[in-house]
Amino acid sequence: MGLRYFRRRSVNIVSLTGSLLATIFGLFWLFWILWTTVSYGIAALDWNLFHQNTPAPGGIGGLANAIVGSLIMVGLATVIGTPVGILAGTYLAEYGGRSWVAGTIRFINDILLSAPSIIIGLFVYELVVVSMGHFSALAGAIALAIIMLPVVIRTTEEMLRLVPNTLREATLALGAPRWKMISLVAYRAALSGILTGVLLAIARIAGETAPLLFTALSNQFWSTDLMQPMANLPVVIFQFAMSPYSEWHTLAWAGSLLITLSVLILSIVARALLSKAQMDH
Amino acid sequence: MNMGGSHISDSISARQRLMDRFFQALTTGSAWLVLVILAGIIVSLFVGGWQALVAFGPKFLVTDEWNPVTERFGALVPIYGTLISSLIALLIAVPMSFGIAIFLTEVAPDWMRRPIGTAIELLAAIPSIIYGMWGLFVFAPVMSQHVQPWLQTRFGDTPLIGALFQGAPLGIGMLPAGIILGIMIIPYITALMRDVFLTTPKFLKESAYGVGATHWEVVWNVVLPYTRVGAVGGIFLGLGRALGETMAVTFVIGNTHRMSASLFEPGNSIASTLANEFNEAVGDMHTSALIALGLVLFMITFIVLALAKLLLLGLESRDSAKS
Repeated sequence: MGLRYFRRRSVNIVSLTGSLLATIFGLFWLFWILWTTVSYGIAALDWNLFHQNTPAPGGIGGLANAIVGSLIMVGLATVIGTPVGILAGTYLAEYGGRSWVAGTIRFINDILLSAPSIIIGLFVYELVVVSMGHFSALAGAIALAIIMLPVVIRTTEEMLRLVPNTLREATLALGAPRWKMISLVAYRAALSGILTGVLLAIARIAGETAPLLFTALSNQFWSTDLMQPMANLPVVIFQFAMSPYSEWHTLAWAGSLLITLSVLILSIVARALLSKAQMDH
Repeated sequence: MNMGGSHISDSISARQRLMDRFFQALTTGSAWLVLVILAGIIVSLFVGGWQALVAFGPKFLVTDEWNPVTERFGALVPIYGTLISSLIALLIAVPMSFGIAIFLTEVAPDWMRRPIGTAIELLAAIPSIIYGMWGLFVFAPVMSQHVQPWLQTRFGDTPLIGALFQGAPLGIGMLPAGIILGIMIIPYITALMRDVFLTTPKFLKESAYGVGATHWEVVWNVVLPYTRVGAVGGIFLGLGRALGETMAVTFVIGNTHRMSASLFEPGNSIASTLANEFNEAVGDMHTSALIALGLVLFMITFIVLALAKLLLLGLESRDSAKS
């Protein structure tokens, strides 16, 4: 009996220690990667980053065109993806219910949520780039919009489902039509949650590289023309990091720091909003 | 003035009915867009890859030749690289995620659960290109100077598995790519395992504790049997992510069209082949073969992700039936 008790206890201690070690293992990589990005990135920070364009090989310069290009494309993608995503999420939560159409859309949406982003790049290449005949910022923004769509749809549906039905019934009982009930009451009740979804979606597309390679490509020069290739941080980082020039490597690290910081800040703000949304209900 | 009140309210309600129909049509149309996108992806990949699919037929999947000069293309090497790197990723990520999920649900004191859970989730927020930069400039040197030489002296002469650790310790290749993929999918598998572990009814766990079971016995004999289906779903979801991961792999896999038994040798995955060659593709056949490669990747990930989703749905419907 004593021996068996001892064995059960040791198995327990060993496995719980194992779970602690696994957690340390996970956190270890997070801190190592963040530390690398911050230490290399801060060393590379410099005012020129923000007002000079990407340099020719071996030259010095900044990332101004890439920063602006990323902002334009992510902004445009958000403008396209957010309303469509919110409306589609509204259908799933308010109209679709348990119908097989809604079930299928939900199922496919969840698959697209995890589908490889490079495939979206190929799709938009075939759809937009081939028919236009050249790479363009517009194609890049469309690819990013398609990638953010499933995230917005899913969170919008989940957040609308948290809105109590009594609110809906009370509004309809006052004689309000359904569209007013949804747009004036349900959206307002779910606002911070829906906003979380949009922020998470922006965080997701801010660092996306693969889909932009085949759509927006990049541009060594300053360009704000949506119909032309446009510089953007992720693709510039990729090209510069893979090059043999140390000046380019330094710029790639600076770009990495900018992207990592914005993505982490977005994710943390989104999380804070989400916990507020959950507390409201 | 002589307009009756009923007329006004009639016209208002007619307009509202119209708005209602318009709003519903708008939301329905947006939702259908999801299916349109899926159909668009499949059609465009078939159209783009058609030339290669017709030229090479089913042999495309089992040919290891990839030669833009002679225009002979086969997908075997990239498929092999995709599967092997994802397999390495699972070998690392599954036990680690299981451990972290147990820590977060059973072991850690309450005040630690949220911050540590968030930190692990942040691993998923870091863009894949950052993993790539770190992998190439920081992780690869550590691998080639310390980890790979150690593996080689320790296991290089062992029969069977010794072949896995042959060749020059370059720091880039199948093994580093697989390890980085493993780190990248830990947050996805962990989050799902944690969520399904939390669905175990309290009374089941408390009954086990009540008869004197240890923490580990509760996890192994109560929580795990109850949530096995969902945990496997989480693993499939992580696998789906690993298969299609592009940038991080492109940085460290070595981008060489060669199949070798050693995990130290550089290789190629479907996604990294696309990222490297698509913009420099010479000739229509090369482009078409790359898009056909994309089609293969999409089909593999679609099946894996659909399985994951079905497993998780099965768990959900069981839980709602019971409650």
